[in-house]
Amino acid sequence: MWDNVSILIDAPIFLVDLLVNGILIGAIFVLAAYGMALVWGVMNIINVAQGEYVMMGGFVTLLVVKAGLHPLLGIPIAAGVLFITGWVLYRIILYRVVDRDIFISLLATFGISILLAQLFNQLFGADVQTIDAGLGTWYFMDGVVTVAVTKVIAFSLALGLGLGLWFFLKRSRIGQAIRATAQNARAARILGIDTHRVYAITYGLNAALCGAAGSLVVMAWAIHPYMGLPYTIRSFMVVIVAGLGNLPGVVLAGLGLGASENLAGFILGTEFQIAFVFILMIVVLIWRNRSLKRQRRYLK
Amino acid sequence: MGIDHKNLNSRYLELFTSALLVLTVLFPLSSEAKVEGDTITLGAAVSLTGKYATNGKHTKNGYDLGVKIVNERGGIKVAGKTYKFAIKYYDDESTPARGAQLAERLIKQDNIKFLLGPYGSGLTKAMAPITEKYKVPMVEANGASLSLFNNGYRYLFAILSTTEQYLQSAISLVATVSKNPEKVRIAGAFENDPFSQDIRNGVFDDAKRLGMKTVIDDKLPPDLNDMSATLTKVKALKPDLLVISGHAKGATLAIRQVSDMKVNVPMLALTHCDSADIIGKFGKAAEYVLCASQWDRSLAYKDAFFGSAENFAQGFEKSYGYAPPYQAAESAAALLVYKDAFERAATFDPSKVRDAIATTDMQTFYGNIKFDSSGKNIAKPMVLYQVQDGQYKVVAPTEWAASKLRWPTPPWHKR
Repeated sequence: MWDNVSILIDAPIFLVDLLVNGILIGAIFVLAAYGMALVWGVMNIINVAQGEYVMMGGFVTLLVVKAGLHPLLGIPIAAGVLFITGWVLYRIILYRVVDRDIFISLLATFGISILLAQLFNQLFGADVQTIDAGLGTWYFMDGVVTVAVTKVIAFSLALGLGLGLWFFLKRSRIGQAIRATAQNARAARILGIDTHRVYAITYGLNAALCGAAGSLVVMAWAIHPYMGLPYTIRSFMVVIVAGLGNLPGVVLAGLGLGASENLAGFILGTEFQIAFVFILMIVVLIWRNRSLKRQRRYLK
Repeated sequence: MGIDHKNLNSRYLELFTSALLVLTVLFPLSSEAKVEGDTITLGAAVSLTGKYATNGKHTKNGYDLGVKIVNERGGIKVAGKTYKFAIKYYDDESTPARGAQLAERLIKQDNIKFLLGPYGSGLTKAMAPITEKYKVPMVEANGASLSLFNNGYRYLFAILSTTEQYLQSAISLVATVSKNPEKVRIAGAFENDPFSQDIRNGVFDDAKRLGMKTVIDDKLPPDLNDMSATLTKVKALKPDLLVISGHAKGATLAIRQVSDMKVNVPMLALTHCDSADIIGKFGKAAEYVLCASQWDRSLAYKDAFFGSAENFAQGFEKSYGYAPPYQAAESAAALLVYKDAFERAATFDPSKVRDAIATTDMQTFYGNIKFDSSGKNIAKPMVLYQVQDGQYKVVAPTEWAASKLRWPTPPWHKR
């Protein structure tokens, strides 16, 4: 472990490489976490199928490329297909559980995640898939720091979509309806908002964001039908750390998670990467609990 | 509450019949090996459905072709009489528990005394205790885990190279080309599962024996999504050889990220290149990569039944319409081991056939076969491919190799 730290002290340039790559990985988590925060905040559903939507986005992009289109077109197409998928799944399944206990919706989305993973295993086989987008790599500092262009796109998309989402929620009629429903669904219904429509759009939006993320994953990394869980866990963690309804927090937590995960993998060894992230999450939760307690005491 | 006698009686009857059934299953009337007329029936539980279905199919096709060729070209001559092979198959559904059940069923119910292996180490591990218990030989061709061979099993024989050998040839190759092995620095990243850790132990044991220095020893988590932490370390420490093993996903991610991050390393060795289809997926980015394999059609091995490795490959293509993966080749070779053992044993007594298998020493189109006391084949080295001009070319072991190693891999800006 100290050998690894001394590499970073002797040649801090590798620290830059680690952090840059880590932040760009984090951008993917940010995309998936936006959707989870939205669904959780508005519908009070913890969507366990988050990672499966990422996986589906990847496979849609794979089909787009097989149809002879440019891989980058896969991003909007995957988002579109996934929006429809999310919308339909809400109309078929989730509308039955949206007002119920959170445990029921956990079960329902867990069921959806298993179903989707098995379905894609049947359709595409269990093989690992990837796409070469042919976008190349940027070099800095004599090739020590390298940044794949796909990851840069992921990063800008994460920030851009975050900004877009924020504007959409603040300014558009539907965005206002979504926020109203999140604050008080019953009151929103009394005032004439079709909350089921709001929920369907919210859930579709979530799936679309995951689909865009999956489209980037298949270009920068690899996908297979059973890849979902790590993405679900990561976005769950990002939302917990950031707090609900805190979009800038989601961005910071997601990018920070990616960077610290990569740094921990380097220093402690990859086998401790995930353990480190979980410990970090516990520390953040304890710290948040303490600061909240202080606030509560102040209110008294 | 009164007792319902009628109901009770029928319960006893039920109990009695089922006990009778169990007895007939446990003590079948004949205890002779399944050799009827001129047919020797072997038994096999193979994954025809479930997650190993693809490789299970390769295994079955290999067995079937082995049966066909042996039968066509003279059959098996035991004590002056000529016999033919047949195989009784069951589908183990890719689940170890089912595999163990089926092994029991083949032996006790179908009265088969000679088994062929299933696909994969996990299923082989589940079936081996059963064949051992009934003292029935099992010649297997698809369970490579070293852990199968330190339980003292006497009836288990594997004709493929075990896991720890998978990438050892990469170590000897880097030792040969670098002239001074003591200066060689090795980096390894292996998935944290028994299979890849077996490979890791083999690689690092050999590296240590040759005095090489290990500079990176990472364990990749099974839900691995990104290798950039390991690869940044590779950039910093500049090892002479980078070895990565993590099934098809590990191979895919390795090439994706080595090429995206432009990691320069003179030699990169992987497992599972063919199942990850790295040439199809990455094209030029896969050039120079070394890959471990059990067998290749270009090898110079020969036998009297299939001819050369290339002859086998052509025959397989004609029968099944696709080029044989090594899983099919080793499965077909298992039939040759049985044929040879029956002829030398000159009897169908399972324990005598077992002793004959144990003293096997032969060359087949798949490679040389000779078992050590634990039942693993020690005569066949692993093969190392290199991706050269969009094709897998065998570069090691040098005595059977058809092509010359391209080394060192040029840096990315010159490729």
